[in-house]
Amino acid sequence: MKRTEEIQAKSLPSSHPGKARRWAVPETVKLYLIVSAGTVIGSVLRALASIGTLAWLGPGFPWGTLLVNVIGSFVIGFYATLTGPGGRVFAGTRQRQFVMTGICGGFTTFSMFSYETFRFVQTGSWPMAGLNVGVSITTWLVAVWLGHMVASRLNRLGGV
Amino acid sequence: MKEILEGLVWVILGSAIGGPARYFVSGLVGRHIGETFPWGTMAINVSGAFVIGLFAAAAIGGTLPTPAAWQFAVTGFLGSYTTVSSFSVQTLALVRDGQFLRAGGNVILSLVLCLSAVALGYAAGSTMLGAGV
Repeated sequence: MKRTEEIQAKSLPSSHPGKARRWAVPETVKLYLIVSAGTVIGSVLRALASIGTLAWLGPGFPWGTLLVNVIGSFVIGFYATLTGPGGRVFAGTRQRQFVMTGICGGFTTFSMFSYETFRFVQTGSWPMAGLNVGVSITTWLVAVWLGHMVASRLNRLGGV
Repeated sequence: MKEILEGLVWVILGSAIGGPARYFVSGLVGRHIGETFPWGTMAINVSGAFVIGLFAAAAIGGTLPTPAAWQFAVTGFLGSYTTVSSFSVQTLALVRDGQFLRAGGNVILSLVLCLSAVALGYAAGSTMLGAGV
């Protein structure tokens, strides 16, 4: 997948061929900035999801973390397949890094999942810890697979 | 409302460096160890779990100065440094490749190492700060 991206990026004509070179920012720096911008968007959405679910569903179960991780898994599975090799939508390296490494990466969180599971263990709620791990891992993987399947279906559709 | 907005500013600042840090580490690990197995994501999630344990011990021990420190370092930086989406999509890629052992290994190893890391980080933090575990 990575090699294809590089080939695609190289074969793309420059959008501003005549533009002066003095403002040229190294591609690596651009990618870091793009990842940073995407991550900020994802993280703000994650923080809002956390506040929202806490207000609605209470602190009994870490719904916010589960929600962002399931949605983020679905989106990355969908987007990776839709824009990957054989996908019906073209996206360059920057766009893919923005959405996947940035938005999805910033939106989802493994550390908070780990900590919340640890909290259950710490308070002696072993069944809740096990439930959190079991439900999380299952729903994440089902979500990424579903995202992939929906995008595969779209890729196979005829037309534009 | 003002509190929420202030919190979001700290989250924004932390995540602005957390995402690039993840991008850096995954690239670094990928270049040195190769990309046949998602070691990069694993390294990120395990290290992030250890540090969140440290911060949790500090927060519970009362040595974390303000809610802003938690919002910046934990919700912002660590929340965006670690990732489930990469973990999921890489596990799926292994499954689709027919590498079921590696896919299962990735799931089990990630869970075991991350949960151990958060406990270790918490224990280390509690010891350093002189609080009981």
